[in-house]
Amino acid sequence: MPTFFEKKQLVTPGELLAEGDYLPGENTYTEENKIYAQRIGLVDSDNKKVNVVALRAFYMPKVGDIVIGTVTEVGFNGWTVSIKSPYTALLRASDVLSRPFKPQNDELSQVLSQGDLIVAKIASFDRAHDPQLTVGEPGLGKITRGQILHVVPTKIPRVIGRKGSMISMIKQETGCQIILGLNGVILVTGKTPEDEELAITAIRKIEQESHTSGLTDRITQLLKESKVKVEE
Amino acid sequence: MNEKPDKLIDKKGIRLDGRKADELRQVKLQVGVLPNADGSAYVEHGKNKILAAAFGPREMHPKHLAQADRMVLRCRYHMAPFSVPERKSPAPSRREVELSKVIRESLEPALFLELYPRTGVDLFIEVLQADGGTRCASITAAALAIADAGVPMRDLVVACAAGKVEDTVVLDLYDAEDKLGVADVPVAYMPSLNAVTLLQMDGILTPDEFQKAVEMAMVGCKKIYEMQKEALKTKYMVVKEVEE
Amino acid sequence: MSTLVTRVRLKQITQLIEKGKRLDERGLLDYRDIKIEQGLIEKAEGSAKVLLGKTEILVGVKVETGEPFPDTPNEGVQTVNAELVPLAHPNFEPGPPDENSIELARIVDRGIRESHAIDTEKLCIEPGKKVFVVFIDVYVLNYDGNLIDASALAAMAALLNTKMPNYEIKDGELKMKQGYTPLPMKSHPITVTIGKIGNTLIVDPILEEEQVMEARITMAINEQGNICAIQKGGSGFFTPQQILEASKIAQQKAEEMRKKLDW
Repeated sequence: MPTFFEKKQLVTPGELLAEGDYLPGENTYTEENKIYAQRIGLVDSDNKKVNVVALRAFYMPKVGDIVIGTVTEVGFNGWTVSIKSPYTALLRASDVLSRPFKPQNDELSQVLSQGDLIVAKIASFDRAHDPQLTVGEPGLGKITRGQILHVVPTKIPRVIGRKGSMISMIKQETGCQIILGLNGVILVTGKTPEDEELAITAIRKIEQESHTSGLTDRITQLLKESKVKVEE
Repeated sequence: MNEKPDKLIDKKGIRLDGRKADELRQVKLQVGVLPNADGSAYVEHGKNKILAAAFGPREMHPKHLAQADRMVLRCRYHMAPFSVPERKSPAPSRREVELSKVIRESLEPALFLELYPRTGVDLFIEVLQADGGTRCASITAAALAIADAGVPMRDLVVACAAGKVEDTVVLDLYDAEDKLGVADVPVAYMPSLNAVTLLQMDGILTPDEFQKAVEMAMVGCKKIYEMQKEALKTKYMVVKEVEE
Repeated sequence: MSTLVTRVRLKQITQLIEKGKRLDERGLLDYRDIKIEQGLIEKAEGSAKVLLGKTEILVGVKVETGEPFPDTPNEGVQTVNAELVPLAHPNFEPGPPDENSIELARIVDRGIRESHAIDTEKLCIEPGKKVFVVFIDVYVLNYDGNLIDASALAAMAALLNTKMPNYEIKDGELKMKQGYTPLPMKSHPITVTIGKIGNTLIVDPILEEEQVMEARITMAINEQGNICAIQKGGSGFFTPQQILEASKIAQQKAEEMRKKLDW
């Protein structure tokens, strides 16, 4: 029962990955007992499951995901939010206002207007309906300061690290608050712009070298060295 | 206006542009050339210069064109007015309308349309310079643009034409051969699935010649397919492991 | 170009096809009944109406004079246009030709042009200056599947019915004379469309079969059994083996049709 790849090999859509007793994992599909790649990415197998970590993919909403989005339209009873996904998200006014919503009295654009950034959670989504957002939990809501950076959504897990080790380390070394939207949007809020820049540099490096090993150590080293420079 | 050549293939079997009967023109592929598109590719095939851009999957505009149960692929094949010897009007010609349709139909089999209902992928193909075989080069570019956009695909789609010039079945006709030759057979193919997704012919061929032309075109397709994979891998070539 | 066919119906059709049967009890490779009527539009130089099952196509041919194309100064001009007239199906909308009518026109055009059906050299009046222009207009009157074969058949039948006015050049001027000559024809191509449902190839799909089928392939075959035009259509694909099989079927059906029509 053969596989046709080396660990972490770069594969393109349609490349034959395995034949026989294997299961199709992320970004793969099966046709007549053969498993093929669906996207360009790095292939690996986990037991009997063949996965491709896509190097280029868009975000598909999943219920419970934390995302960072931009308000694109103020509607009659809510806002349209762009979450960098094929599907536009909706945030209902009733979710934001802690009291019953009166269209005549409440001016929605006073609460959130076009261009505002929000951190929200996907409350519901099925492909027949656009994703609904909620901000009714602590830590969610309008973003007022900080810097935004965009990464390919598939890299977010690497930024988090095993059991959150990577992201905790960055937060600690830079003193920044970092919110990771699973849709590939990251908010970095620090005490000084320099602290924010440092965190951003670290995250960009992770994005570029996400496939390599020993990354956590190298990032730690990068951050410590930069701090020393600042202190000099 | 060029003079009509006497012979398109000489006694030694060499064509006017120096190629043998089964030789491909030079092909150059580049992925990710347009920063504002979700995916893009640039193809030079012989003297053809083709730019393709993919946007999506995204919300369909106008909304009523969206399909409740599937993603919609829209394709526009368009030739720049300066792409051909006699300036071509920018308005879509009937040929461009037909080619937009057959190119779209050559790419749809590669997509998992049911995965993203109510969305659309817009493909724009611009022929900057044309020299025979533009629909094939367009498909080759379009497939790369779609893959570059991160849209899941069953396989890359690759295309190449074969045909008959004077008495010989040849691969990859350029403009003069297309105009003065006996037949032209463009073929689009998904090699991993052994699937022909575009097939057209104009001219006259015996059934045997037709079979030979299709086989020849598929050999050409497979060669270009390897180049497509290389082009994608080149763009996404990951940084080499840093030495510890 | 689709009506909403229920999923149950689609399943029924697919299951029947797998067993080698079709909705209207035809064989997989059988054509529906064909009726051809010629000369029904007297004001056109040529005309024909084809009924292929319930698909109804009317083609009118008008012959006028005009300039030849610069690269073929001694040849007449042929042009094909098709209209999916709104009365032919609830989904057809009025307006400029859409991609379906343009594709249909171009496929019909290719079959006639590449086979040299019309002897265009005999349409030359004054080389480089004046030639006969043959306008072939395909009018779809009822859509019940396989517009391509029906339109190609009607176009050929209309051309065979076409009469060109006699003329003479007197004092450098074109003057029409009494009488007519039949349009000079060199070949009678026959167009066969094959659809693919699952892994089965069927000839002459009706509308409901077109809703299920993944792809179609059309081939125009001339008297020598050679292929003059091919067009694959639809969002599906064919394997190379299926294409070979389709070309054999197309030749066989074109042969049968030719005998039946005595072309």
